[in-house]
Amino acid sequence: MRPRLRVKLGRLELKNPLVTASGTFGFGREYAGLVDLRRLGAVTVKSLTLRPRAGNPPPRIAETPAGMLNAIGLENPGVEWFLAEGLPFLRERGVPVIASIAGETPEEYAALAAVLDRAPGLAALEVNLSCPNVARGGLAFGGDPAAAAEVTRAVRKATGLPVIAKLSALVTDLVAVARAALEAGADVLSLINTLPGMAVDVDRRRPVLGNVFGGLSGPAIRPVAVRAVWQVYAALRCPIIGMGGIVTARDALEFALAGARAVAVGTAHFVNPRAAEEVLDGIERYLAERGVADFNELVGAAHGGG
Amino acid sequence: MSAALLVEAVVLRTERVAPDHYRLVLQAPEVARAARPGQFVMVRCGSAWDPLLRRPFSVAGVDREAGAVTLLFRVVGRGTALLAGTAPGDVLSLLGPLGRGFTLPQAAEAAAIIGGGMGLAPLLFLARELLARGCRVRVLAGARSRQYLFVPEPAPGCEVLVATEDGSAGRPGPVTALLPFVEPEVRRYYACGPREMLRAVAAEMKRRGLPGEVCLEERMACGVGACRGCVCRVLRGERATYATVCAEGPVFPAGEVCWE
Repeated sequence: MRPRLRVKLGRLELKNPLVTASGTFGFGREYAGLVDLRRLGAVTVKSLTLRPRAGNPPPRIAETPAGMLNAIGLENPGVEWFLAEGLPFLRERGVPVIASIAGETPEEYAALAAVLDRAPGLAALEVNLSCPNVARGGLAFGGDPAAAAEVTRAVRKATGLPVIAKLSALVTDLVAVARAALEAGADVLSLINTLPGMAVDVDRRRPVLGNVFGGLSGPAIRPVAVRAVWQVYAALRCPIIGMGGIVTARDALEFALAGARAVAVGTAHFVNPRAAEEVLDGIERYLAERGVADFNELVGAAHGGG
Repeated sequence: MSAALLVEAVVLRTERVAPDHYRLVLQAPEVARAARPGQFVMVRCGSAWDPLLRRPFSVAGVDREAGAVTLLFRVVGRGTALLAGTAPGDVLSLLGPLGRGFTLPQAAEAAAIIGGGMGLAPLLFLARELLARGCRVRVLAGARSRQYLFVPEPAPGCEVLVATEDGSAGRPGPVTALLPFVEPEVRRYYACGPREMLRAVAAEMKRRGLPGEVCLEERMACGVGACRGCVCRVLRGERATYATVCAEGPVFPAGEVCWE
């Protein structure tokens, strides 16, 4: 018998626990010829803003040990384009869509949520409270429990869709921020966003990135991400989408065992466009080989105590 | 939507062609069939996750009958060092062909090809396709030194002029010193090389009123336009905006690129 993969994160139900991490899969169309989108639990699109955003000056990326820095700066074609073109494309392909949203003020987040609330075919909103690459918004909200709560509450009031709060691990008390987001109405937490970092070009004697700082992603940050999931799950037992450096099924299983009910593949897509599908296959094999009937049995299992 | 393929390519040959420079010939029939001059492939340099990212390489040539794709590269870091160490029979993951290639003329006409250093790689492929269409091609090729000069094989209709910075072959100096040798009957030009060189070529050709295309290079992560990591500044109408080199390029009309 095939193991059961369906997962329920509050009001968000997914046919399997594999989603794409925002910013690493574009709007799905870029990978549509290479990946069977219908196999994915959901596609989380690149963060949307009210108006189109040009993003940061190049260079925007730099490779680092087992990882990479990016400072894209939330470049995106804006929510109107998404509603007219991006979302219909994904809906036609039968994949659930999670819209990631970003703003500079709580009002902007709320306005985005209100516009998207009326869009047919969205599975959830992910509130990006943790982009490290913008001057205003992003991490400024996710770094502080009160600010995270304020934005989450504004979004919650503006939409009936399930709300996912995407948090950074670079905070003094992650559990406090997580608790604040949940109390303000978040149904699910996404853990974690990229970690702020930088690289210096020793030949040019200048920062590598045009934005100086960037967000670190890839296998290099996985232990930090697993710790974040473990800590929040231990304290709050809430629905978590775990992410940060997942490239194989075993990586994803670490997150599940630490407490993630779903997992997101991100940077790995750049290396292997089929990474999410292959992680899903690997999870199925792991469950089948060990006679685990339901993926949900693994969630948080490393904490012991049943 | 990307028409790219994700294939396992078998290494046919890895040849050192100059100090730190290699030619890699891969068995990848579908990619060889689909690739057009100016397009590129993203190669995974091993099976481990460090170094993490694929490396982009222009397609330097294809043998569609043999199903082979040729890449030329210089060893600049850990990824290219791994590729230089590959041997026949090794398998590399290949994503491609990617991006927008050169616009080929509808009719046989005279074209100029201007390349510097590794920028000559996509132009070798282009020269062959232009010649196959009956075009007359004048190639201006520049390099640091004669050993780093990559020029098309001699063929009827193809004339190669050379410049080297150390004077070891052809005219001493940069490839731009050869620009006066672009004949008046040339209808368009194609260029690839260091950004400074491209900027100088574009400025001179603009002065002469000759349209052309340039093939740009930028650090890339995804190669398919998803991550928005490889942008360059371009003019769209009156407005300057960022375009992805991987998906909207790597070939751009020279007049669209903001060179500052």
